[in-house]
Amino acid sequence: MTDLAHIRNFSIVAHIDHGKSTLADRLIQETNTVSERDMKEQLLDAMDIERERGITIKANTVRIEYTARDGEDYVLNLIDTPGHVDFAYEVSRSMRAVEGSLLVVDSTQGVEAQTLANVYQAIDADHEIVPVFNKIDLPASDIDRVAEQVEDVIGIDASGAIPVSAKTGEGIREVLEAIVTRLPAPKGAPDAPLKAMLVDSWYDAYLGVIVLVRVIDGTLKKGARVRFMSNGAVHGVDRVGVFRPTMQDVGELGPGEIGFLTASIKQVRDTRVGDTITTEKHGATEPLPGFKPSQPVVFCGLFPVDNAEFEDLRDAIDKLALNDASFSHEMETSAALGFGFRCGFLGLLHLEVIRDRIEREYGIDLVTTAPSVIYHVHMRDGSMIELHNPADMPDPTLVDHIEEPRIKATILVPDEYLGDVLKLCQDRRGIQEDLTYAGSRAMVVYDLPLNEVVFDFYDRLKSVTKGYASFDYQMTGYRQDNLVKMQILVNEEPVDALSIMVHRDRAESRGRAMCEKLKDLIPRHMFKIPIQAAIGGKVIARETLAALRKDVTAKCYGGDVSRKKKLLDKQKAGKKKMRQFGKVDIPQEAFISALKMDG
Amino acid sequence: MFFGGGTPSLMSPRLVARILRAADRAWGIGEGTEITLEANPTSSEAGRFRGYRDAGVNRLSIGVQSLRDPDLRRLGRLHSAAEALRTIEIASRSFDRTSFDLIYARQDQTPEAWRIELEQALSLNPSHLALYQLTIEAGTAFGARFDAGKLPGLPGDDRAADLWHLTQEVTQAHGLPAYEISNHARPGAESRHNLTYWRGGDWAGIGPGAHGRLTLDGRRIATETPLAPGEWLHAAEAGRATVHLPEDEPAEILLMMGLRLREGVDLARYDALGGPPLACLPELIGDGLLRREGDRLSLTDEGRPLLNAILSRLLA
Ligand SMILES: Nc1nc2c(ncn2[C@@H]2O[C@H](COP(=O)(O)OP(=O)(O)OP(=O)(O)O)[C@@H](O)[C@H]2O)c(=O)[nH]1
Ligand SMILES: [Mg+2]
Repeated sequence: MTDLAHIRNFSIVAHIDHGKSTLADRLIQETNTVSERDMKEQLLDAMDIERERGITIKANTVRIEYTARDGEDYVLNLIDTPGHVDFAYEVSRSMRAVEGSLLVVDSTQGVEAQTLANVYQAIDADHEIVPVFNKIDLPASDIDRVAEQVEDVIGIDASGAIPVSAKTGEGIREVLEAIVTRLPAPKGAPDAPLKAMLVDSWYDAYLGVIVLVRVIDGTLKKGARVRFMSNGAVHGVDRVGVFRPTMQDVGELGPGEIGFLTASIKQVRDTRVGDTITTEKHGATEPLPGFKPSQPVVFCGLFPVDNAEFEDLRDAIDKLALNDASFSHEMETSAALGFGFRCGFLGLLHLEVIRDRIEREYGIDLVTTAPSVIYHVHMRDGSMIELHNPADMPDPTLVDHIEEPRIKATILVPDEYLGDVLKLCQDRRGIQEDLTYAGSRAMVVYDLPLNEVVFDFYDRLKSVTKGYASFDYQMTGYRQDNLVKMQILVNEEPVDALSIMVHRDRAESRGRAMCEKLKDLIPRHMFKIPIQAAIGGKVIARETLAALRKDVTAKCYGGDVSRKKKLLDKQKAGKKKMRQFGKVDIPQEAFISALKMDG
Repeated sequence: MFFGGGTPSLMSPRLVARILRAADRAWGIGEGTEITLEANPTSSEAGRFRGYRDAGVNRLSIGVQSLRDPDLRRLGRLHSAAEALRTIEIASRSFDRTSFDLIYARQDQTPEAWRIELEQALSLNPSHLALYQLTIEAGTAFGARFDAGKLPGLPGDDRAADLWHLTQEVTQAHGLPAYEISNHARPGAESRHNLTYWRGGDWAGIGPGAHGRLTLDGRRIATETPLAPGEWLHAAEAGRATVHLPEDEPAEILLMMGLRLREGVDLARYDALGGPPLACLPELIGDGLLRREGDRLSLTDEGRPLLNAILSRLLA
């Protein structure tokens, strides 16, 4: 157990790619936590998908030991957090476990949307904030400009900001000193009843569930019997330890310390993030305030391209869900797609990551249906249905009104692209709430319907601003609007997997765009195919895919077996990546591509 | 008998005569056997035509490809249109049966231009014509140029279909209907050799890179030989030039080849070869794309240009 005065706990927060994980590397290296041999870039981004995409998805905790200039030895617990907005929840819960934050700002980029969002969270959590201006090794680095932005846009003092290069290691010592001298030591009473905050948990095939805890009061000991206060479950603690960054056992964890416990827990679902862990006997009576679990906001159907792989898909989804409590799933059947799952995600990147992992790690080809948000459908009889899937929309004559989720979106963008951003937000039914300038950059705040953002808003934003805009959002609540279910009929048959909820005023243009897209996405068949968008029974847009007129191999004589076989296989193979709807084959990518909007 | 692939018209007539004598000794060449030789339309080759006839060749197949000089250059051919016309002329003096090929759906080719060129070809009075639509295949020099955007003006699906229908109409009117997707003949002048391929018959493939099909002990075998002439020669002298391979999916291949013919394919034979059930058959017949008379299955005029799409439904 370390005495409180010699502990410092902090999270590293920043906008995407501003260098959090690289800074964590340098802190780990400078304190000799990991041998030179085991060191690698973004050491903490251990998941395949993190390494491949070069981003952090899960927050990671590491304990490092530092001998400060005052000659004292300190224990520092750092938490490296993800920058992408989908994983904002990882940041917020990490902040609950620590007293301070290193706010990393890329000095070649300046303050971005997630910089802001993270600062506000840190202020909310009563954190001491140390600004760190990174990437000073790059010629484009401009510390004065960034300092100005931090003061103007965020409104915090930038005089103590530390210029560093997480790449070369310049300034790292200063960061370590600032952690010790400027961040507060944690408080807590070692002899009080145990109160440990459950910060995170994940599944390990050998150890069962691993629980990340922050001890607030009392002492967590190996062998103790502990109670999870939310559900009263009692477990015997098998192991107690810390991450360096590999798991290292310690006998106990005292107040202010961050580490793990294992207790033969079988499912992540049995551990609730934000829960309070105490001892079975003489435990605490009042739990810690806790925090809200994350809620999935984007839903879509995942179906195997090959129906025979449904059981494999179930297996894959069960395994992934073991480790990711923010991902929800339930079985779904679709007239067109057969058996699959309706899954909920934190955002589109989260969706993509899960889909990628199922396809790659489990080798299952998937059809992904149109992403949707949760609508509140208020019925005439006074009841309310939470609608996750447009296919389940009740008979409209029984519906009184529909509400949709709204968000507050903050966008930072250089002046020259402001017009395009305003137009984009306007087109997506946004209501402008604020517009301010800091130097040559604008900050706009919009109230937007989540369903207009969920799908391709971020892609569109990136493309209209050449990647110079940044974007963050928070859910604000539900509001009633004129929403309808739009169906797509291919060859006169409704394709449920293509149904979407849409604002009545936008229905014609969305419908037309989808029909045009599908016309390009569906290959010609031997007959002409009408493609229609309809609300109720009324067709609001229509395209016709002309019939295929010629598809024949010109030359085909005796000869080469393998050539002939190739020709034959080609004729059979085209079908594999398609789903059949009546007589029409629809390529699997069509279900997502049809929804992309160009404007 | 068929001398083809590569450029057999570079052979001396004497060599052709010796090969035919050897074949006659080995198997006996019957009266009226079709003996075809493939030739290029150059004057030096045309000079040997009479010699080939005297050696026993009775049918000539000439790789003309186009009767327009700019197109010949674009197709990478070395001969001119004038040479092609002269070669056809010379050939028809020595042979009762000549055939030549043309490639259409070329860059910037209008239906009108093709009609004129095709009618010019028919006016030369061939008994057999092969008319191929230009196909850009991945992995060929053409494919690479196409991918690099260097082949502008190729017809899209719709114009290619128009050209196809025009071709059917013009050849029909001149008494040379298609008996196979791309092959046209006066009735009775069909290439007997090529019919063997489409009817799933047996043939022996001899020489470097030759493929064959034999039925041995009731089993159908594909044969193959080394492609490099030196290697083949070596193997042939050692008596092991030909390798036997089992033919994969013989029923499917029978269907794929047989449907190319106007006469169609024998479904009883397809079944006997263990072909999978053709679930979409009634639907495709109902849609007017296929026709069934007893065990004969054939494409209708509507179905013919859609063969690949039909096969992928039949065999899905
Ligand atoms: N030149 C230079 N590049 C840096 C520096 N710090 C980080 N980078 C690079 O910036 C990119 C992003 O770095 P990361 O450490 O992964 O950023 P991050 O903030 O952890 O990113 P997310 O976790 O995805 O939000 C990588 O290519 C790093 O090599 C620096 O000081 N100088
Ligand atoms: Mg990172």
